[in-house]
Amino acid sequence: MIGLVLRRLGQGVPTLLAVVAVSFFLMRLAPGGPFDLERPLSPAAMENLRRVYGLDRPLIVQFGSYLAALTRGDLGPSFSFRDMSVAGLIGRGLPVSATLGALALVLSCALGIGLGCVAALRRGGWADRAIGLAAALTLSLPSFVVAPLLQIAFGLTLRWLPLSGWEEGDPRHLILPVVTLALPQVGALARLTRASLGEVLRTQPVRTMRAFGLPPARVARHALRGALLPVVAYLGPLAAALLTGSVVVETIFGLPGIGRYFVEGAVNRDYTLVMGVVLLVAALVIVLNLAADLVCAWLDPRLRTDA
Amino acid sequence: MRGRGANTARTLGRLGRERGGVGALAVLAVIALACLLGSALTGHAPDRFYPDLRQLPAGLAAQPDAAHLTPALERIAFRMRAHVAAADRTGDRLRLTLTSEHSIDRRSLVYLPRSDLFGPATVVVDGEGGRRLVLDMPVRRLHFLLGTDIHGRDLLTRSLVAGRVSLAVGLTATLVALLIGIGYGAVAGYAGGAVDAAMMRVVDALYALPFVFFVILLLVFFRASLVLMLLAIAAVEWLDMARIVRAQTLSLRGRDFVRAARALGQPASRILLRHVVPNTLGPVAVAATLLVPRVILLESFLSFLGLGVQEPQTSWGVLIAEGARAIEAAPHMLAAPAAFLIATLVSLNLLGDALADALDPRAG
Repeated sequence: MIGLVLRRLGQGVPTLLAVVAVSFFLMRLAPGGPFDLERPLSPAAMENLRRVYGLDRPLIVQFGSYLAALTRGDLGPSFSFRDMSVAGLIGRGLPVSATLGALALVLSCALGIGLGCVAALRRGGWADRAIGLAAALTLSLPSFVVAPLLQIAFGLTLRWLPLSGWEEGDPRHLILPVVTLALPQVGALARLTRASLGEVLRTQPVRTMRAFGLPPARVARHALRGALLPVVAYLGPLAAALLTGSVVVETIFGLPGIGRYFVEGAVNRDYTLVMGVVLLVAALVIVLNLAADLVCAWLDPRLRTDA
Repeated sequence: MRGRGANTARTLGRLGRERGGVGALAVLAVIALACLLGSALTGHAPDRFYPDLRQLPAGLAAQPDAAHLTPALERIAFRMRAHVAAADRTGDRLRLTLTSEHSIDRRSLVYLPRSDLFGPATVVVDGEGGRRLVLDMPVRRLHFLLGTDIHGRDLLTRSLVAGRVSLAVGLTATLVALLIGIGYGAVAGYAGGAVDAAMMRVVDALYALPFVFFVILLLVFFRASLVLMLLAIAAVEWLDMARIVRAQTLSLRGRDFVRAARALGQPASRILLRHVVPNTLGPVAVAATLLVPRVILLESFLSFLGLGVQEPQTSWGVLIAEGARAIEAAPHMLAAPAAFLIATLVSLNLLGDALADALDPRAG
């Protein structure tokens, strides 16, 4: 078990290395630099800045020293936020994004899996059709359309909730972003659960259980355990995507999360900040995929031996 | 070959029974046709500005209406260095009285038809040594079914032209992803063994990359452009396709007709093209149908962030971004392109579902 976890984490190292290399050279080969301002700096000042940040050295040397710093857990200083380290910025943004993402994850799981179960158990009925249509609709509603509509409805017209912004410890700022973020995933999870549970309900063991006269609720509970496997596998990458923030949702609602730091960093050519965020996302994807596999192994004993 | 034809016919027959699928297909056909041809029928060029008719709400009434006529006349009169003394509209004709401290330059009358709201003006009365003109001119009747945007451009025309770009991006990127995915998946599945394992390890590793972040990086750092966005989207989306095709190929590889082809000494490339790939197309068609809306969504998401389609070209994402900025003053600017986008995405998703059900051998 522990060996498996360590081996999988070890397999993630080359992936992370590839992420670092691709994003590093992609950014450095692109035109423009972090110190290009509206009014150009004097050549001497530019030279100084580049020397201080080590940008005057050969690219490969810079890459080496970035990697060396990385092994010490040092993500470097930010180029655009003065006197801030990338780790410090991520430390500020991650709690916001993670709170948002975790709430959206819980909401979409509860609603999505619940509705998917109802649809599968009432296959072909009106509830199934309504849920199917609603799922297709939520999947097709882009967050950048939903967000302004919610802002109009609850922020401007009803005045129940703040339009945008973020205040520490005020949960009302989170409601609209969480709903926006969760909505498409409710549809995706409902469809996935319906398909997978529907398949399990048609298998022999379930028919046997029914034949033995088990109450439908208990049959459904047994079936659900198996049906959750593909759902959990889907939740791994989904959790990573939600926890690291949605760029659009954070931009529209003015939340100081990771996604916004990333876009601002990219626009400002803040090399280290962008690298830090990309690295964080990639690491989370790896860890959460592993977690999803472990949960799958717990749900289905057949997966334990060869996992 | 005959077997496959019968299969296709049966699939289409089943699709016909899925009411949702047929409805979705009809909606898609209407939207696609409207985007292709409709922009020529609205009577407005997509880049035609009507500076006097900005942010008109959607409606059937002919423009300029009474509320917009006076400000438009005053603006034109100001450019002619004159004042509007009286404006009298009867039906399609307008009798306009202009006064000025100096004699009014007749050449400046071209400002009237140039606004596209009026026809050429004729002078009826020329009084006070040219300082008082009574003009007669036809008033145009313009229709903006979905209103106009902040620059006074017709939103219906723009939505249709934008749809052309969005649909083209969706289909092209899907096609590219399809070709890469089928090629990669079929080769991996057919080769099997160590080659397959290595190729699929690459796919697994690519899955772990935060691709949306890379796409954003690419577009920010190397100037957003349509081709770059197409390539970036295709590069993200071929992975699923490769997995599906590989799984199908693995199961086809041992089947008798493939083994027979191999025994006949056909080259691997021919076996793949003639025998393997055609038989994977069912699930691939479903995946591709569901991929198109994802690509369109990704395109409009990037365009919304200002990283995708650039002016003067436009797409639904660009229009939605403009609408979201003007949402308090002119909510129709968000509603019109959003309705087109959502109708397209819902139809594509429903069509994909219906196709999947129709291809499911266990159902019906």
